[in-house]
Formats: sequence, structure tokens, C-alpha cells
Amino acid sequence: MRLAEAWRVAWDALRANRMRSALTMLGVVIGVASVVLLVAIGTGTKQRVEQQVEGLGSNLLLVVPGRLDVGSAPALSPLTLQDVDAVGRVVGDPNRVAVTVASGATVRAGNREDFTTVQGVLETTPTVFARELARGRYLTRSDVDTGRRVAVLGDSVARSLFPDREAVGQQINVAGVRFRVIGVFVPLGQSLGVDRDDEVHVPVTAAQRLYGTQRVDAIAVKAPDRERIDELGERIVAELNGRHPGTEFSAVTQEQILGVLGDILGILTGVLAAIAGISLLVGGVGVSNIMLVSVRERTREIGLRKAVGARPRDIGVQFLLEAVLLTSVGGLTGMALGVGGALLVAAVSPIPAAVTWWSLALAFGVSAAVGIVFGVVPAQRAGRLDPVVALRTE
Amino acid sequence: MSRAPAIEAFDVSRTYELDGVSVPALRGVSLTVAAGDYVALTGPSGSGKSTLMHLLGGLDRPSGGRLVIGGREVGTLSAPELARLRNETIGFVFQAFHLLPRTSAVDNVALPLVYRGVGARQRRERAAAMLGRVGLGHRLHHRPNQLSGGEQQRVAIARALVTDPTVLLADEPTGNLDSTTGAAVLELLERLNVESGVALVMVTHDAEVAARARRRVAMRDGVVVTDSATDGGGGA
Ligand SMILES: Nc1ncnc2c1ncn2[C@@H]1O[C@H](COP(=O)(O)OP(=O)(O)OP(=O)(O)O)[C@@H](O)[C@H]1O
Ligand SMILES: [Mg+2]
Repeated sequence: MRLAEAWRVAWDALRANRMRSALTMLGVVIGVASVVLLVAIGTGTKQRVEQQVEGLGSNLLLVVPGRLDVGSAPALSPLTLQDVDAVGRVVGDPNRVAVTVASGATVRAGNREDFTTVQGVLETTPTVFARELARGRYLTRSDVDTGRRVAVLGDSVARSLFPDREAVGQQINVAGVRFRVIGVFVPLGQSLGVDRDDEVHVPVTAAQRLYGTQRVDAIAVKAPDRERIDELGERIVAELNGRHPGTEFSAVTQEQILGVLGDILGILTGVLAAIAGISLLVGGVGVSNIMLVSVRERTREIGLRKAVGARPRDIGVQFLLEAVLLTSVGGLTGMALGVGGALLVAAVSPIPAAVTWWSLALAFGVSAAVGIVFGVVPAQRAGRLDPVVALRTE
Repeated sequence: MSRAPAIEAFDVSRTYELDGVSVPALRGVSLTVAAGDYVALTGPSGSGKSTLMHLLGGLDRPSGGRLVIGGREVGTLSAPELARLRNETIGFVFQAFHLLPRTSAVDNVALPLVYRGVGARQRRERAAAMLGRVGLGHRLHHRPNQLSGGEQQRVAIARALVTDPTVLLADEPTGNLDSTTGAAVLELLERLNVESGVALVMVTHDAEVAARARRRVAMRDGVVVTDSATDGGGGA
């Protein structure tokens, strides 16, 4: 029997038992759909995060104590405002240097309250991070120098404290200290489920008094020359090492952050794919099971086919092709569902999803391979069946 | 007119192994089926009729003795060769019809041609023509469950004959049918035997049916006890 004919025989046999075929496929459909969908979500998340990091600007340099690495704990910062001034001298322009000292705090206004991140910053933040105000104004040099108790609210905080009033001009209470709201940021939206508008900026000097510290957590620099950003980083680190012997500092660029985040999110995507892969494997075992049952159920069919001239090989090939057809058609259906699901998720939920060609190719290849691997045993059993015994079976 | 015999069995035996116990179903049967013959095979239940039919059709191999089908020594053939021999020279009709469920009459009839490598179009044409010959030209696309028992057996007969075999082996072909339908199926088999010259070997429990055959072979306990051809009991 020619191969084309064998495909036809297998196809006809599957069509003659549509219900059973559909049920057999179900496991593979679900497996492939989840591979495609979960990989799409993993990839989409990675792309979104990368876009956001890139949005920070390619010439941004973050200076932190300790090392930036997957798995290393953040070190306690020894940095002070004097260090910030020193970094400004290294850069050559203090307006290109921003700082942060951040802590969670409860912020009150009237009988409303909100737990949020209160960041002590310099007036340079909007320049360095390209932040824009929706209303009011940002901190000034004199606000910072005098430690004036003024605050700029993130959009979420403004909404939650002043749902029906203009926030600018109002008083708020941060950890028992009164601040005056002077501005509200343009919303940034969500990122990885984190609300980026849930923050309050106050002068770093005021924040230090609030938290009872002389430290700052980190320094950010907008490098004037993108080409020499690595060299600038090295010079800043050398300066800080000189001021704090025995402490390690890192100056990391956007590219390095992308690399680290990419590693983490790559692992995440891999884990998602592996979980989905397991369900695909389970689907394959299901195919094998039902094929075995089907060999028993169709014993008489096999006996009859042999009686009219089918060779053992013809029967074996038929059952193998049936398994491959089941898993391939199941795979294609699963791909369609997975792509549809990914588009739906991306459209109606905040979770990003990006379908990748490699996940489609992989899922389809694996499902077809599953058909072959798990179809072999039932096929051999069918091929070896004794036609006389098969025909006597009732 | 003497032609080469379609099937020759020389002292053929068949022993089943069942849980370590040997069950001798056939104990030395010699039988020649001539081309175009019409043989009725009778005997009590368990006497080995079905076992013999399976051997004669190359569906099973003898434990001992020699078996020649269509001039070919069965003992020397591989499984694929034997399958091909079945396809080309033998047609089976079973008591239980054994049609593929959820498959149209014409596709059921065409099945043996699939394994002969005949193209799809030609298969359908030949199957349809064969269904016409058994009086089912108007039932081509019915499924087995949409056909009466008699019609199903006619489909099975058409399937057995679509390859133009030299021997038709029918094991109690009317066993599942009422007497009227059974008689019609029997007439059809006899007509095809005469018209196309296919040898007909038929197992039956019905003495009246057996009496209509040209030759009667009776079995008991795995051996042939009477054979009208050798005993001179019937018209040979
Ligand atoms: N697969 C098998 N394993 C063991 N014994 C078997 C097997 N098939 C048949 N037999 C035995 O062989 C003997 C002959 O069986 P067979 O089916 O040929 O009889 P039969 O003449 O066709 O009977 P019936 O008229 O009831 O159909 C019986 O004793 C039966 O039990
Ligand atoms: Mg029998």
C-alpha cells in the first residue's frame, strides 16, 4: 500500500469515529494551546519590561552600592548627599544627577489615607527620568536646599486622597508630618502588575529628616555622552571607592539592566513553557492510552482488514498514522486556540502576550512527535494481532 | 473439464495451545477444492469447520501437513506474501458480516482493493458495480446500521468477490439471518458460483442447504468423516 493511500485509510478511520477522535485529541489541543499561550505571555511580559527599561533612556546610569546580579541581595547604602555632589563633579553637571531615598509610608488627607512609596529626590528628577507633570509644579533647588515640606503626587495617590478635589494646594500628612501638595504627575500606568503612579516625591532633605537618616539609596546619572557611558561609570565608581574604601559600587547601564531582566524573564518563560510542555506530554500519554483501547475495540476491524489482504505492516502504519494525524490535527487546533487566547488576553487584560513563531513550531513539532512516540506501541500491537483470534472476538 | 485445484490440503492438522494444554482442533484433514466447486461443509459444533476454513483461506497456518493455495505452498510464504495471496485468491464471508461500522457500503466493498493498490476512483467504480451484481445498486452510500441483515450480508459478499477471487469461503453465511432472507442470500451465492465460476465452500448446519451443494463434506472431531466427492455419494 502506498503511503498516500495509508494516510487516506487512517484519515477515513478517524472520520468514521469522529467522537472518539475528538476526545483523543483534546489532551493535545489543551497541551499545545497552553504552550502557545503561556509562552506568548512570557514573551509579551519580557518585551513590555524591555520597552519600559528602554523608555528610561539609553544613556541612563544607575549607581548603587553592591553588585547588580540575579540573586544578590541589595546592600545597605553608605551614600550621602556629599557623595552625590562628588558624582556631580565627576559628571561635570549636577543637573544630570538624581538620587532617591525611598520608604513605604502612610499618607493621610482628611479622613482618607493611602500607603505608598515616599521618595526623597532632587529637583533634577524630571530631567534625568523624563517625568512630566499634569498639574502644578515640581520641586525646586530651594525646596531641596531648605528641606521644604512640599510634595508631588503620583496620579494614583492624588486620586485616592483627593477623589473629588484638586490635589494641588492641599495639605497632606506623611508619617505625622504635614506637607503641601505642589504638583501631580502625568500617569505612567502599570508595569508587571506594579502601579507606577503609586508614589510621592518630596525633597531628599525633608525625606532624610523624616526617616532619620543621612543616607541616599541610589544615584542616577544621565550621561552626556552615550559613547563613553561605560567609562563615565568606571570613573564614578572609582570616585566612590575612594570615598568609601572597602565598599563595592556598581554603575549599571540600561543595557545591563536589560540583560539581567532578560535573564530573569527568560527563565520565567522557560518555566511556563516547561509546565505547558508537561500538559502536552500528559496529552500524549492520553493519545497512547486511547489508541491502545481503540486497538482492542477495533480488534474485529483489524481482523477483517487482514482477512481481505492487509499485511501486518499496513495495519501498523495505519494506526501509527492515525496517532500522528490525531496529534497533528490536535496540535493545529491547539495552536489556533493558543493564538486566539493570546490575542484575547492581550486585548482584554493588562497582561501582555506576544505569539512567537518558535513556540508555534515547537508546539506543533512536539505534538506530531508525541503522536509518533506514543503511537508506536499501539500500532505494533495492532499489526501483530492474529486475524483468526481477532475475527472470533465478539 | 479439469482445471488446477484451487486449494489442496494434505493431512493438515491444527492444534491450539490453551494455558499449556494442547487442543487438537484438526487432526489430519486432506481436502481438495477444485476450481468452480460448490462444497457444503457440515459437522457438529466444535468439529473444526471454522478452523479448517481459516486454514483454507490462508488466515491461519497449519500445525502439520501441507497446504497449497492457488498453487503456492503456504509453509514457504512470509506473512506479507500470505496476506497478498489472501487478497488475490480468497474471499471470506462471515456469519457476523464483519463490515466496518460508520463506513458506506461502497467503501466497505472497496476495502480489499485498497490493499491491492487500486486507485480510489477505480475502486469505487468496481465496488459500485459489484454492489449492483448483488442487488444493492441503490444502497451504495448506506452505512451498515442503515441496512437490514440480509443487505449487510450481501455487502459482505460483494466485498468478498470484488477482487475476483478463485475461492469464496462462507462460514455459516445465513446463520444470523431469518429463513427467507437466508434463502435469498444462499441463492445469490449459488448464482455467483455459477455465473463467475468462483469456487464456493460453505459451512452450514442445515441439511437441506447442504443437500443443494454439488459436494458435501462432513466433519467430526477434527477429521473429515464423509466426502461425497471421494465416497461417490453426490454428483461430482
Ligand atoms: N483460539 C483457540 N484456542 C483454543 N481452542 C480453540 C481456539 N479456536 C477454536 N478452538 C477449539 O477448536 C475446536 C474447533 O473449533 P471450530 O471453531 O473450528 O469449530 P466449528 O466446527 O466451527 O464449531 P461451530 O459450528 O460451533 O462454529 C473447538 O474445540 C474449539 O474450542
Ligand atoms: Mg465455526
